[in-house]
Amino acid sequence: MTTRRNLLAASGAAFLPWDSLIRAAHAQTPPGVIVMAKQIDDIITLDPAESFEYTAQEIAGNVYQKLVTTPNDEPSRLTGDLAESWTASEDAKTFTFRLKPGQKFSSGREVTAEDVAYSLQRVVALNKSPAFIINQFGFTKDNMAQTIRATDPRTVVLTTAEPTATSFLLYCLSAGVGSIVEKATVSGRAQGEDWGNAWLKGNSAGSGPYSIVSWRASEAVTLQANANSATPPATRRIIMRHVADPSAQLLGLQRGDYDLARNLASDQIKTLSGDRSYTVVSQRKASLLYVAMNQKNPILAKLQVRQAIKMAIDYEGIQRNIVPNNYAVHQAFLPEGLPGALTEKPFKLDVAAAKRLLAEAGHPDGFECSFDFFSGAPVGDIAQALQANLAAIGIRPRMLPGEMRAVITKTRARQHDLALLRWGSDYFDPHSNAEAFSMNPDNGEDARNKTLAWRSSWNIPELTARTLAAVKETDTAKRVAMYEALQREHQQTSPFAVMLQELETAVMRNSLRGMQIGVLSDRTSYATVAKG
Amino acid sequence: MKARLGALAATAASIPITLLGLAVVTFFIGRVVPIDPVLAVVGDRAPADVVERARIELGLDQPLLVQFWRYLTDILTGNLGRSVMTSNTVWEDIARFFPATFELATFAILVAAILGIGLGVLAATRQGSWADQAVRVFCLAGHSLPVFVLGLISLLVFYAWLGWLPGPGRQGIVYQDMVEPITGLLTLDAALANDWPAFWDAVLHLIQPAGILAFFSLAYIARMTRAFMLAELRSEYVTTARAKGLSSTRIVWRHAFRNTLVPLVTVIFLTYAGLLEGAVLTETIFAWPGLGQYLTVSLLNADMNAVLGATLVVGLIYVVLNLLADLLYRLMDPRTR
Amino acid sequence: MSAGPTPGSPMADAATATAAVEPIPPDAVPEAAGAPSPRGPGGVPRRREWLLTDAPASRSQAAWGRRYQAWLAFRRNPLATVGLAVILVMLLLILLAPVLATHDPGIQELGNRLAAPSAQHWLGTDELGRDVWSRLLYGGRITLGMVVAVVLLVAPLGLLVGCVAGYAGGIWDRLLMRVTDVFLAFPRLILALAFVAAMRPGVESAVIAIALTAWPPYARLARAETLTIRRTDYVAAARMTGASHARIVLRHVMPMCMPSLVVRVTLDMSSIILTAAGLGFLGLGAQPPLPEWGTMIATARRFILEQWWVALMPGIAIFAASLAFNLLGDGLRDVLDPKQR
Repeated sequence: MTTRRNLLAASGAAFLPWDSLIRAAHAQTPPGVIVMAKQIDDIITLDPAESFEYTAQEIAGNVYQKLVTTPNDEPSRLTGDLAESWTASEDAKTFTFRLKPGQKFSSGREVTAEDVAYSLQRVVALNKSPAFIINQFGFTKDNMAQTIRATDPRTVVLTTAEPTATSFLLYCLSAGVGSIVEKATVSGRAQGEDWGNAWLKGNSAGSGPYSIVSWRASEAVTLQANANSATPPATRRIIMRHVADPSAQLLGLQRGDYDLARNLASDQIKTLSGDRSYTVVSQRKASLLYVAMNQKNPILAKLQVRQAIKMAIDYEGIQRNIVPNNYAVHQAFLPEGLPGALTEKPFKLDVAAAKRLLAEAGHPDGFECSFDFFSGAPVGDIAQALQANLAAIGIRPRMLPGEMRAVITKTRARQHDLALLRWGSDYFDPHSNAEAFSMNPDNGEDARNKTLAWRSSWNIPELTARTLAAVKETDTAKRVAMYEALQREHQQTSPFAVMLQELETAVMRNSLRGMQIGVLSDRTSYATVAKG
Repeated sequence: MKARLGALAATAASIPITLLGLAVVTFFIGRVVPIDPVLAVVGDRAPADVVERARIELGLDQPLLVQFWRYLTDILTGNLGRSVMTSNTVWEDIARFFPATFELATFAILVAAILGIGLGVLAATRQGSWADQAVRVFCLAGHSLPVFVLGLISLLVFYAWLGWLPGPGRQGIVYQDMVEPITGLLTLDAALANDWPAFWDAVLHLIQPAGILAFFSLAYIARMTRAFMLAELRSEYVTTARAKGLSSTRIVWRHAFRNTLVPLVTVIFLTYAGLLEGAVLTETIFAWPGLGQYLTVSLLNADMNAVLGATLVVGLIYVVLNLLADLLYRLMDPRTR
Repeated sequence: MSAGPTPGSPMADAATATAAVEPIPPDAVPEAAGAPSPRGPGGVPRRREWLLTDAPASRSQAAWGRRYQAWLAFRRNPLATVGLAVILVMLLLILLAPVLATHDPGIQELGNRLAAPSAQHWLGTDELGRDVWSRLLYGGRITLGMVVAVVLLVAPLGLLVGCVAGYAGGIWDRLLMRVTDVFLAFPRLILALAFVAAMRPGVESAVIAIALTAWPPYARLARAETLTIRRTDYVAAARMTGASHARIVLRHVMPMCMPSLVVRVTLDMSSIILTAAGLGFLGLGAQPPLPEWGTMIATARRFILEQWWVALMPGIAIFAASLAFNLLGDGLRDVLDPKQR
């Protein structure tokens, strides 16, 4: 009770019904509290060892710390988060981390090497969806006691199975799954073999600037400042409210019910950006919108047809007119902001050339094929614009809009022809996207690794080998050059027309300062956000 | 009387069969939804072995009939399973979402009943007049307006432009998590806690969605009231009462209206049952965390335990309310006695 | 719940009350709602006399006379006439869509998105620069087409189930009514949502889904009527002449249920329109780029604060269609059911 009573008293409100009537109608968010309108119904768990969804990752990024991280102003530079320094052995297999002193969990206890080892072992043992980011270095439930060790209270030693590029390991450890939880609290909440997973789904035990007060699915998440944090945040409480409808977010922002709206559409941002009472913060995200062309379809398997489709798309027109504030044109599989990203844009709308290529491929009159896409805005609008683009060169797509998960289910079963899809990078290293887009070690139906290339049935032994070579390269400059070459070839041959890169845009009342949006969701930080 | 109760008992006994039918339909619809339920658990990025493990944990590797049988036996022991989306048990979710729907439906039905009866009586006593026609148009308009259009317009006018009413949601931010949930009904909980500002906040949030639902339900109640009243007003005893010189207000309310009460209660009960099913569209527009929204979101994410559980509960409520309406009618109406 | 003669509750359904309408001989059933085309001899006054005579010379004269009187009663109801007029105008508009449309409803003009109404685009343009007026006209075909399709599916199905249950009685009655109850116990929109999700969002699945949720009231209505008709003398007479059960149900029982069914259908039109639009609004009805009215609102609601007309136009169209059907149905009920007037 006390919190609100204090708030009301502070703002001079008396406890009369009429007064509160007026207050409720003209609510301003209370001081020290920031209210954020956001679509948060993607959260299914807040346990960092299990969560993979955008919102959950973002919360994990504010509640937990990792060994290392990348600063938002220079996203490709690795800096210590909990770790003060690190060294790699000669054979590139043993990595030693030295922890900073004085980092504290929200319980007040200091972060020790024991907590770090526990957290990473926990990820390996639980083996949930994001665990592969850590597991790919050869950690298993059986060897983790030897490969992930705390040698003294401030030293952690990791041993990988293969020689590993230091940057690759560090980028992976900087992902949300590398979050460090407090051993004492979590192991005390464990039920059976669950490593405290059930409890951590809705609670937190971290050393980040905030801790979780409550999560109510599809309703709200409340965070409060971690007073013991090394850098306590300026804002006492952050309330994320689930507001599904962007118009409602805009209304609430204008009415003063929300300080910050996270999911506004381009047109809404446009109307607000002229208004001086709002600040627009925008950042390129590691998320791509692309058209996948299933190679099981014999027509789409022809290189000229794929190139024709890439030339039929009006990249500029779609971006400028439909999503000026939410997407930017981008045509390579590594999004801008990630190391090694290629910014060249070889394709632009050229109907004549596209028609010529189609004719060369033996389809002068075009052809018909199915086109799956997520029906929500703005992807649905983009899909319709694409339909018109394709129709201009004679391709007649059968439009099959669906729920996001229905579209994903279909492409995972390789039953689509064309599909408009979104892909977000899992971790900061270029390998995250390279593996997805240009590796397909087994094109069989029961392949273990169903990469995006597999889903489009694109059989590429040579590219797969080159992608594997790139991840093993320990020389950073050489590695970047390898990825650039991969992307150039990919642009010309792949069954993917990468179109747009997502821009995440937050609009806030101009009394707010310090909101940082990250290239990856878990880099979005509320640590410095405050009311002016 | 005894025979009637016997018939009623037979009806009550058929409820489980209805519910079983409901479970069958929902279950099999759920299994053909073209969304892989495992996706909701492990996401799109999980490696094959994680996916496979989740599939086994969910029992999806079993044949459909086995899955259904397992589900049925679970229900009989009161276990509705766990929702993937919220990671709570379905019972916990229903306990959380149903009060919101209940509160909304109750407010809506109160408004609809009071206005609907008033308008219906007005129309009946002034049959054929412009007032009668106006009531008719008003009611039909309420029944013809798409809820989502009205909801958007209402938000635009009362929230965005005039600022008289709060926006979507059940509670102001300031009041969030502040009232101890006892019944789950925010208004009642706030009143119990003697927290009047929170009470008024909850009431204000109710006005728009409940008003819109009421406007929509009003037509039916008003029309039936008018029909019942007309029948009563034409009956002999009213003519007699008029001849005796009783005031017309007295005749209308004390005599005629009283006799329409029984069928009216039935009408209102049934409307209420419809509202309790959760008004999906209203809940969506006003971000009302009720059963309708829960069902929709679960459905679109192939969260089948949640869909099945919530549908069963909603179906049960509907069937029981129908039965109650029936019971009331049979017990109270002198003509069926 | 099928214990009594009227299942559930006697009040379950407003239209059930019409079950009490005096029986009209089967051959006197109006094919369509109040649309007489008197084929009587002579000019207008004589035709009128012929129709209104107290002593009809033939059964068909009596029938036509009754229809004409219903039409007169209907015409006295100004609201119902307005409803009918609005519906006719709308039908005309959508039939003439190719003539009246100023643009191709599918042509995009990305540079001219969300334009305000102007001489070039009478009702402005939508989120992809398509002409709203032309889309509304063509969209009416989809929206109203869906409604008609649903009615064509639902009315015969409900009629058949109800008549068979009511006529056969016993185990058939129990079984069919149980199935009906199961479907009635479903939240209507949720069942529709579930079906659409199970199939694939689109016009066809939306039609089937709405039909699945809309038939039970018809079955109940038809059953209630059948129960009263079954006891009438002429059904007994038909049975005596050795008519088969199928023949009795098809030729004698079903036609008798028609008047109340017609009223029910007209009144139901509006709720079908609203359900179809609601599905479209939730993204599960007709899919873009189809210009279905509910879908148009769903996509345009994003712009409701600034470019409100884009969402408002289809909103008005839905409201007008729905209200017109309600007014018409209301008027028809008054004509066909004197008790409620």
